Amino acid sequence: MPAQSNHEFHLDAVTHDALIAHARSDFPYEVCGLLAGSGGRLVKHYRIPNAARSMTFYNMDPKALLDAMNEMDDNDWDLLGIYHSHTHTEAYPSSTDVKLAFYRDAVYLIVSLQDDQQPVVRAYNIVDGQITERSVVVDGEQTVTAPR
Amino acid sequence: MAIEVRVPTVLRKHTDGERRVSGDGGDIRDLISDLGSRHNGLRGALVADDGNLHRFINVYVNDEDVRFLKGIDTPLSDGDVVSILPAVAGG
Repeated sequence: MPAQSNHEFHLDAVTHDALIAHARSDFPYEVCGLLAGSGGRLVKHYRIPNAARSMTFYNMDPKALLDAMNEMDDNDWDLLGIYHSHTHTEAYPSSTDVKLAFYRDAVYLIVSLQDDQQPVVRAYNIVDGQITERSVVVDGEQTVTAPR
Repeated sequence: MAIEVRVPTVLRKHTDGERRVSGDGGDIRDLISDLGSRHNGLRGALVADDGNLHRFINVYVNDEDVRFLKGIDTPLSDGDVVSILPAVAGG
């Protein structure tokens, strides 16, 4: 997998499919997790329990979040991606997503199951309330290209 | 009394990039005041206007979430490790 660039987010197909499988696993509730990387390359996918277990909100279980962040820190991995699912709406950041986007260096991924037959993964930077979409590239092929 | 504090990447702008800092205090509140006296902006990132921890800031003592202890009044002992993480949350 190539390293990340500023306007793309590269995923291998296994991870891409794992994000969708995770999103489906607790439908209709939102799921969430983290992607750790080194040198821009993905090294670990963390499924983090949604402590809110809600259809409209997620809050990563604080203990599981700490364990994951500590492991990343101890290994000098970067937090590449933060993902969660939207089970009934499009893969675009909600106002709550923007308000609570504290990790300005991470890419926020949203998995939408709005169309159950065609789940969508989209990627964004959210910095100071500004949303910038990145193209998701799976095994070298762009999936979603057009910025909103 | 020395408390080791693990600082997340997003808050390292307040600690000159240091990932671990040490501080003093008999409880979390005192520790944050102590850290705030040396690390500009850190206190405001952690404590709300009402004097409690921000709702979306997780603070842990020896890996225990202080929400399940005594919050900002959680007592500290020499050698404790305090971790801070902004919540990862949204809608």
